[in-house]
Amino acid sequence: MGFQGIGASVRRKEDVRFLSGKGNYTDDINRPGQLYAYIKRSDRPHAKINGINVAAASAAPGVVRVFVGGDMAAEGIGGLPCGWQIHSKDGSPMAEPPHPVIAVGKVRHVGDPVAVVIAESKQEAKDAAELIEVDYTDLPAVANLTDAVAAGAPEVHDGVAGNICYDWVIGDKAVVDGVFASAAKIVKLDLTNNRLVPNAMEPRAAIGDFDTSSGDFTLYTTSQNPHVIRLLMGAFVLHIPENKLRVVAPDVGGGFGSKIYHYAEEAIVTWAAGKVRRPVKWTAERSESFMSDAHGRDHVSTAEMALDNEGHFLGLRITTLANMGAYLSTFAPCVPTYLYATLLAGVYKTPVIYCNVKAVFTNTVPVDAYRGAGRPEATYLLERLVDVIAHDTGIDKVELRRKNFIPADAFPYQTPVALQYDSGDYQTTLKVALKTADWDGFEARRTAAKANGKLRGIGISTYLEACGIAPSAVVGSLGARAGLYEVAEIRVHPTGSVTVFTGTHSHGQGHETTLAQLVVSQLGVPFDQVEVVHGDTAKIPFGMGTYGSRSLAVGGSAMVKAMDKVIAKGKKIAAHLMEASVEDIEFKDNTFTVAGTDKSKTLTDISLAAYVPHNYPIEELEPGLDETAFYDPKNFTFPGGCHIAEVEIDPETGVVEMVNFTAVDDVGRVVNPMIVEGQVQGGVAQGIGQALLESAIYDPSGQLLSGSYMDYTMPRADNIPPMSVATENTMCTHNPLGSKGCGEVGAIGSPPAVINAVVDALKDYGVRHLDMPATGSKLWSIIQAARPRMAAE
Amino acid sequence: MPQVTLTVNGKQHTVEVEGRTLLVELLREKLGLTGTHIGCDTSQCGACVVHVDGISVKSCTQLALQADGANVTTIEGLAAADGTLHPMQEMFREHHALQCGFCTPGMVMSAIDLVQSHPEGLSEKEIREGLEGNLCRCTGYHNIVKAIAAAHPLMHAKAAE
Repeated sequence: MGFQGIGASVRRKEDVRFLSGKGNYTDDINRPGQLYAYIKRSDRPHAKINGINVAAASAAPGVVRVFVGGDMAAEGIGGLPCGWQIHSKDGSPMAEPPHPVIAVGKVRHVGDPVAVVIAESKQEAKDAAELIEVDYTDLPAVANLTDAVAAGAPEVHDGVAGNICYDWVIGDKAVVDGVFASAAKIVKLDLTNNRLVPNAMEPRAAIGDFDTSSGDFTLYTTSQNPHVIRLLMGAFVLHIPENKLRVVAPDVGGGFGSKIYHYAEEAIVTWAAGKVRRPVKWTAERSESFMSDAHGRDHVSTAEMALDNEGHFLGLRITTLANMGAYLSTFAPCVPTYLYATLLAGVYKTPVIYCNVKAVFTNTVPVDAYRGAGRPEATYLLERLVDVIAHDTGIDKVELRRKNFIPADAFPYQTPVALQYDSGDYQTTLKVALKTADWDGFEARRTAAKANGKLRGIGISTYLEACGIAPSAVVGSLGARAGLYEVAEIRVHPTGSVTVFTGTHSHGQGHETTLAQLVVSQLGVPFDQVEVVHGDTAKIPFGMGTYGSRSLAVGGSAMVKAMDKVIAKGKKIAAHLMEASVEDIEFKDNTFTVAGTDKSKTLTDISLAAYVPHNYPIEELEPGLDETAFYDPKNFTFPGGCHIAEVEIDPETGVVEMVNFTAVDDVGRVVNPMIVEGQVQGGVAQGIGQALLESAIYDPSGQLLSGSYMDYTMPRADNIPPMSVATENTMCTHNPLGSKGCGEVGAIGSPPAVINAVVDALKDYGVRHLDMPATGSKLWSIIQAARPRMAAE
Repeated sequence: MPQVTLTVNGKQHTVEVEGRTLLVELLREKLGLTGTHIGCDTSQCGACVVHVDGISVKSCTQLALQADGANVTTIEGLAAADGTLHPMQEMFREHHALQCGFCTPGMVMSAIDLVQSHPEGLSEKEIREGLEGNLCRCTGYHNIVKAIAAAHPLMHAKAAE
């Protein structure tokens, strides 16, 4: 067996179980005596509940109990909490209307829970739910952003004027306006960032279990962060102290952000299990996922760049409307502010930036972080704007980017929007991507395509993101109601094998493999003697979970810190055993050595001595070799890079074929290149999906039209091209691994590259900009509309 | 309740089911074979694909009663008794063709049928088109396509033995 430490494409530990059907996902778990919950959901976008008749449902076969919102409210159970508070520009806190677990008084979006049936079987629960009669009075509803902020728009929440959750700014408007007033040129672009449904392949599920002897609750749930759920649900919703509540997130089938949040169903099954004193299981049907999983994106923006005559960026001015949906999901308020507007410098040295964001309530499913979270919105806006500047000024789009890049020798670089970038080399990722994609040879390919009746286009995006979230004091000052450190426990067993307990959670990322590789490299323990445990609050000391590409940069750093403690303690034990001074002990390749001698002890010798302390410095050292570390990051990390998309459009149908995709990313230290490539490929596919196929559509009355896979176009294998994925890395300067994170780069960098390519392909048709998704019908209409004009010319 | 008798992974079962019970529900809930997953309710995602009499079938599109007398293979039945993985499973592992693992059982079962029904070989385009009925949200399909291409010669070499 070859090298299996940091840098090796080790095949994954978790694969054999997943490939053999032995994964253990939440819906695979069944508890003795288990009942099933089915949630009756609102089919109305906005309505007053006059009454709910549950008599027939309660009497239906197999039904144990039926609960409505009032039953929870009667016990003093309030709503679902929001984890981030934003303040408006006038200093006032955001509007934070209650988010009942089960609707009370009103429903505010299609999918809002109205009642829950608990029955002996899933089918009986579902059948009984059909018998529930809800007496509604429909209220006027509003689904889209511009309608919601228009004068006289229906109010989603009483007392939230104009549906504005907050009206937030970053930057000095007077200074930026001054720059615009004297600029040689101003380029303006209006654009939307389409609403998406994350669509992890595993639908959400939750099982509440109540131990009648101990009074302990256990929640099994499809979560990216079980400790966060324990804290939010225990402390803020159900008032169960943490010592009486265990949260288990077993194998989880993808998350992409949508499984970060504390959802109503988790509270419902846990609370109901206590009521009926039996386990209660709920599993979403996919159509429920569409109307109850937090959606992503949904921005409408106007962007303006002030330029000098040479095309240098002088100032950026942006206004954005961000859809919050009907209620505030756990992290929703921070997405269009601190994860969006702080990224608007991108890879460019734009000296002044002003951004105003209005977060808006609508009668739609709550919107929260989805893969990239704010950063794709910022990147799409910037990289489309740069291409439009190139279009309007005639400056070459690559040259325009190059001349505005933050140079490689400018780090650390303080942007005008709060962030300080630690490292990066944008010229290099650009150069390598251009070469890989054969940018210079493109015009020949365009000509060849034209001969075949096809319109070929090429598009580029040079981007940056902030992840590895985040320094607790910084996010605290910005409104986070939690710290964002990470926790690791390294348990060296008596015979030298190691169990890692990590507060991060793996739901596709392969942590059981990559985190084990860290132990191979730092402690020299063989790969197959390292086990990684995650996803159980009863086993892991604490943790903030996995999102924002933080697991390696933050969770991995916590492991490094804990292993440093293991080594430090091991040196003391080794010094005692070898009768040497601690200062003379060196540790390398699983072995403690007395410097300058041939005296040595393996880590196993030391761990055995630690657990069988017969010959041990017991007066000054506790037995055991088990260390825990909390790591609070010093800064965000800043991955970036260059994505290039090449497309061909059939002018007769408007259908876009992705013919090539090149990604050259800077993700810092790579632990497992195979897994990094897989993460980028998956992210790019989601970005291509956003750019070409996906869109969550509400009709003006608030009905969700794209509510199943029949209507919402997921990218399939034949929509995605073979990809050329590579890295050109600079090291993160402030964490011990140098890693930056790779989970989101694909979804952040790719959408503007694809749309830039589509616009490039249509350049003869007078297209300056088009909004995502670039569907066949949309492009066909553009082409058809332009034909008479083109024929006339 | 009516009874259904079927063979799953070489073992015969007789089970009482409701008329409306789907084959996937029979497999997961009555037989405890939870490797076959349910990812949607419109027969789009393919997470539930199994083989019924050697042909890949979305087990959410078939009533359990329709499988009476059938020979069903699920993901649990692919590896040899000694744990040796099927070549398709092995190539998925080798080429990192899975991440969260949820679509994987259905993807592997579809891929095996695709390869078996194309002994003459499969182009990359044919593999991609052959996967139309299986959604994966993690991998971007790139490595799945590679794994299937790599498994093709292994499976047909084995079949020729």
